Amino acid sequence: MGKVIVVTSGKGGVGKTTSTAALGAALAQNGDKVVVVDFDVGLRNLDLVMGAERRVVYDFVNVIQGEAKLPQALIRDKRVETLYLLPASQTRDKDNLTPEGVEKVMASLKKAFDWVVCDSPAGIERGATLAMRHADVAIVVTNPEVSSVRDSDRIIGLLDSKTLKAEKGERMEKHLLLTRYDPARAERGDMLKVDDVLEILSIPLLGIIPESMDVLRASNIGSPVTLANGDSTPARAYFDAVRRLKGEDLPLVVPGEKRGFFGKFFGRKAA
Amino acid sequence: MTDMLTKPRPIRLKGRSFLALALSPELPFEDWLARLDDLAARSAGFFLRRPVVLDVEGLDIDKTELRGLVDQLKTRNVRIMGIEGARPSLLGSDLPPAMSDGRPASDFPASDFEAPAAGESAKPGIAASNASPEPLPSAAKPSIIITEPVRSGQSLFFPEGDVTVVGSVASGAEIVAGGSIHVYGTLRGRAMAGTTGNPGARIFCSRLEAELIAIDGFYKTAEDMEPDLRGKTVQIWLEGETIRTGALA
Repeated sequence: MGKVIVVTSGKGGVGKTTSTAALGAALAQNGDKVVVVDFDVGLRNLDLVMGAERRVVYDFVNVIQGEAKLPQALIRDKRVETLYLLPASQTRDKDNLTPEGVEKVMASLKKAFDWVVCDSPAGIERGATLAMRHADVAIVVTNPEVSSVRDSDRIIGLLDSKTLKAEKGERMEKHLLLTRYDPARAERGDMLKVDDVLEILSIPLLGIIPESMDVLRASNIGSPVTLANGDSTPARAYFDAVRRLKGEDLPLVVPGEKRGFFGKFFGRKAA
Repeated sequence: MTDMLTKPRPIRLKGRSFLALALSPELPFEDWLARLDDLAARSAGFFLRRPVVLDVEGLDIDKTELRGLVDQLKTRNVRIMGIEGARPSLLGSDLPPAMSDGRPASDFPASDFEAPAAGESAKPGIAASNASPEPLPSAAKPSIIITEPVRSGQSLFFPEGDVTVVGSVASGAEIVAGGSIHVYGTLRGRAMAGTTGNPGARIFCSRLEAELIAIDGFYKTAEDMEPDLRGKTVQIWLEGETIRTGALA
């Protein structure tokens, strides 16, 4: 039985889709069988970031409405052969995701894959609640700024009340992924400090992904950053996050706090 | 229509217990209503969308007076869902139904009431309200302890007594307590203590970053709080009609 991960945040534009692609690819690069699922029906992006937008024939909604079988809708990645994508529909809206349909699809994906990584839409409505409903593990993506942190706090509250796990009285495993962290701005005090975010959200930190041109460049060429440039700082941060997700105890360095090499490196990147 | 009715679908009936605010009016009603208006003016929307039960236990009134009071409350947007402690002769079909809190009300014969209560107590939904068949004068005040952070968007409503939070209360979260509120973390959201008319209630927190605090209907927003007490360990209490804030060691 595979594990279902939901990548969620409440707020939009914080890096859910980028992180879903990067984490999914990183898990698959270790040899695990992974499927990334786009729950953002009507505003799909994951196909673009995965570089599969020209290969979409059937989608999630087609499967739910019985117009296609699940294997027909799954798209196999051309670079990593254990990585698959279940795209969302761009022409429908979120009402086409029915709780029963989602439940069926998730059950079959769990049987066939080691990891099912769900990319949640922004907001707290139907799409987001259905994406988190069947999750075993939640990754809460947050930017170090007040609005993002408060929205994440709201989502954590929903993870603890509106998911199947919560309804069964079990505890949902939750991790914080701090993205778009800009060491230069942090140094100037323009951003919330890592400790402050952790104090407010009080869930364990999975990783800190620095704001980087590498992420943008990877998205533009349709490749998860962990595949496009595995040696880049954000890619290494995602690889470390995956190792922590699997239970490894790795020390965590806040970018920019290691002066010298890192300082110079980021100083140039941020300009 | 007939087609709909003949479908063999059973109607679902369930026993459930709910929390409601109980208003205890005092005679004369004119004075009491004036005080209610004063409270409503200070905390706008306090009764809005909250279930309210009218407790008329021990009041010497007749049906016309009770009807008048319910109408008066209706004009103030306080909608009464039930009446507690009323003699059956006081109630009519045009008044909210009687609520008994599981206890026999004044002129109900006790034996009539106990029989169904005992039979029903096996049902979990009703069990809670039947737990104390007689009011115990020396019963301890209830309190609840929350061991998890209260997240943004969550609202904790506990009119019976004190609330203790071992953790933080997030920005956009709300705690409403009949008694005092204790937060062993950072208080960033709203805390309203003594809401059921208890000016002696206090608010304690390890770190004050609150958006709003209120005791017995008197409130203060973040802007009105002393800036030097922000981020400090404080207690908040009511002195007359003034909210006082003091640092704790």
